[in-house]
Amino acid sequence: MNSTWSRFNITSIVLGFAFLYLPIVLLIVFSFNESKLVTVWGGFSTKWYVSLFHNQGLMDATWVTARVGVISATVATVLGTLAAITLTRYTRFRGRVLFSGMVFAPLVMPEVITGLSLLLLFVAVGLDRGFFTVTLAHITFTMCFVAVVVQSRLVSFDRSLEEAAMDLGAPPVKTFFQITLPVILPAIISGWMLAFTLSLDDLVIASFSSGPGATTLPMKIYSQVRLGVTPEINAACTILIAVVAIGVIIASIANKRREIQRQLDEQAAQRG
Amino acid sequence: MKSLGSIRRDFAPWNDPNAKPYIQFDKVTKKFGDFTAVNNLSLTIFEREFFALLGASGCGKSTLLRMLAGFEEPTAGRILLDGQDLRGIPPYKRPVNMMFQSYALFPHMTVEKNIAFGLKQEGMPGPDVEKRVAEMLKLVKLEQFAKRKPHQLSGGQRQRVALARSVAKRPKVLLLDEPLGALDKKLREETQFELMDLQQELGLTFVVVTHDQEEAMTMADRIAIMDKGEVMQVATPAEIYEAPTSRFVAHFVGNVNMFEGKVAEHTANATRITGATGAQIVVDNGGNAAAGSDIVFAIRPEKIKVSSKKPADAVNALEGEVYDVAYLGDMTVFHIRLDDGQIVRASALNASRVTEDPLTWNDRAWVSFRPDAGVVLTR
Repeated sequence: MNSTWSRFNITSIVLGFAFLYLPIVLLIVFSFNESKLVTVWGGFSTKWYVSLFHNQGLMDATWVTARVGVISATVATVLGTLAAITLTRYTRFRGRVLFSGMVFAPLVMPEVITGLSLLLLFVAVGLDRGFFTVTLAHITFTMCFVAVVVQSRLVSFDRSLEEAAMDLGAPPVKTFFQITLPVILPAIISGWMLAFTLSLDDLVIASFSSGPGATTLPMKIYSQVRLGVTPEINAACTILIAVVAIGVIIASIANKRREIQRQLDEQAAQRG
Repeated sequence: MKSLGSIRRDFAPWNDPNAKPYIQFDKVTKKFGDFTAVNNLSLTIFEREFFALLGASGCGKSTLLRMLAGFEEPTAGRILLDGQDLRGIPPYKRPVNMMFQSYALFPHMTVEKNIAFGLKQEGMPGPDVEKRVAEMLKLVKLEQFAKRKPHQLSGGQRQRVALARSVAKRPKVLLLDEPLGALDKKLREETQFELMDLQQELGLTFVVVTHDQEEAMTMADRIAIMDKGEVMQVATPAEIYEAPTSRFVAHFVGNVNMFEGKVAEHTANATRITGATGAQIVVDNGGNAAAGSDIVFAIRPEKIKVSSKKPADAVNALEGEVYDVAYLGDMTVFHIRLDDGQIVRASALNASRVTEDPLTWNDRAWVSFRPDAGVVLTR
């Protein structure tokens, strides 16, 4: 491979990364702005971070988002995992193709449509919109993502592991909890993380299905921005970015370590 | 004290009409949709027998094993174990254990935990489990690997963990699905003998599925040759090799020369065969083929003698030309094209370093064999 730094290479990398990260960098920089004006630099300050924690509206919204995220991701993970198991294991029931198509359709469904249809449903059955309906809506749209992640793991799952457990005397339920679940757990955890992240930054579906007292952080930010961007919002977003970035970094380091450890183990095993 | 070898030699319950069968397949059929994997098959296996199911892939041997383990139910017929009908009994309640081809070691458990898994399922108390696990680790010589995870072991070690795990519960029958398939050739040969010793030591009944005829011949007391869901022949390795009952079996195990022909006549103690291309062959056991019926005479290459001159005392001698010679070190394989066009394969042991009568390409040669060297096959 040719690895020289030609002018063309450097230009494309700089442009590409600028395209991706300039807006975010700008946002982070201005969150430390002394001035109240968003686009005018008035010196370094962390005062917006302090005032952020005194902004009851934003703090409430953060709390709602966190709860919705945890609850909906957890329920979606259980349902999505069950759907994935059914779809990979019971391959001979009638209408399987239709069923699997229907589980994955929400992946490509425009959010506006998902949101609107959920709204119509909640109105039709007379559910008061609020915390419960947002959570329900998030379960609905994140479940299929979990199903996809878990299903891709299950496809490569060696069924003889389960047969071996049963052969050794473990009934099916015990086999599932002692063998299947621990083996596919990493996929289930990534499914949960994905569902949580999706729930965290969802605006459209939350706007449709939420009601008074259940404003999520994205909704709050969006409504405040419409009244004018404050540096406080920048600070809130910077914290959000930091949380996500730290999560991603920890996950990839852990992954890398595991990989290296496995390679070392395998080399050791080869040597005897 | 008798050596293990002599126990094996005396062990022949299949010849004893009063011996009680241990595992019985009774007219078992298994269909997957339109495909018939096992077709109306009956088979009897005796206690403490080392039994091999040998066949090409797709012949139904694995299905047979899986039905015994309880992963598949027969479409028709019965499977009896020690007199008990196994129908409807789930795998986790059957007194049989299986060693899987992929080993199926639980990746999230240590070697110790893998071996202890089955024992814990039957509610064995903790100290007893520990004792049995230690015993099993010693048996397969993996004591120092107890705390390792499966991915930290080499292929041969994994195989031994799988073996220890499957015998830990002291099952009535141990099923082995291609137990040595994933090992390299040298390790496989060593392990074959280890498996045989283990079977004798534990006194278990082994049913092993394999596609490797050498493996089956080495280890098994009896072999069932399978093809298209049916058993072609069940016999000891020596019988399978020396007295195959069909062309399929003769072809499947080892090398063989086949002469198509007709029974010309039966005399008091011999049968004369006229080959389709004119060769005259005399055998001392023509079986029950009627005079004039179509048969095949099958003879193994090592039972054919090759010489440059016609042997004076030979009952059967056919003339031809050396077509190919392959020197393999321990033996030499000749391909002789007979004057009637048929090619005969003959192998000669290189008992001395110098051959006095070396044959080479295009030499005239005679092939000769004794009247009892081959078998007459009617199917």
